[in-house]
Amino acid sequence: MAQAGTGGRNRPLSPHLQIWRWGPGMTVSILHRISGNGLAVAGLGLLLWWLGALAGGAESYATFTRLVDSWWGMVILVGVSWSFFNHLASGVRHFVLDIGSGYELVANARWAIITPLVGILFTAAFWAAILIR
Amino acid sequence: MGNGTSIGRVRGLGSAHSGAHHWLMQRLTAIGSLVLVPWLLFSLITLPNLHYETVHEWLARPVPATAMGLLVVTSFWHGRLGMQVMIEDYVHEHANKFAVMTLLNLAAFAGAAFGLFCVVRIALGGIA
Repeated sequence: MAQAGTGGRNRPLSPHLQIWRWGPGMTVSILHRISGNGLAVAGLGLLLWWLGALAGGAESYATFTRLVDSWWGMVILVGVSWSFFNHLASGVRHFVLDIGSGYELVANARWAIITPLVGILFTAAFWAAILIR
Repeated sequence: MGNGTSIGRVRGLGSAHSGAHHWLMQRLTAIGSLVLVPWLLFSLITLPNLHYETVHEWLARPVPATAMGLLVVTSFWHGRLGMQVMIEDYVHEHANKFAVMTLLNLAAFAGAAFGLFCVVRIALGGIA
């Protein structure tokens, strides 16, 4: 850690966020964190609410479906589903990187661009499957 | 990973003080969710409808109830590990970090316990 007062003011500092040129890898990384923590709060909350409503009986389940059918309920459902599919796509990317593959600059940038698109595509396919079933 | 010191190698611990355990459990619980959440979504899509009786009758069956219980365990475990990383990155003050980590553990265990209880109630329980 920095030792204030011992070596003067001009010691090199660790580069901070704004000096880096923004790249696709950074976008995937922060989207992974946002969607993951969003899932942990909203997704698991929704899961517990749904299970609790189902365990509570027909009346509590009716309350759940009525509230989730509202416009803000749909915003939450679409948001949670996108979070899941985005986190799934970037999670699989983590597995690929874990085996030591995909670090070449061009391939890394290409898959970093494709990953969030896959998340959006899966989300769209999921809702299309619901709407046409 | 570097080779570290001899005693460090013997203990298998790095700078995280817990070796690769957190990292490994994050991956193992991820695989659990990777299988079980798509199973849940696919099941919900392919049910004839989402009325209370239909969903309740489906989830009360042995295999869906077991899978749902496993999904609760693996997703709360994975979420708890993931939120720990966020807390370690953004909460620097020791007392705050301790407080937030304690809250996270309480919430994760309470949430998983409630989810499991609901699955048991649906599978075995009282209200038809």
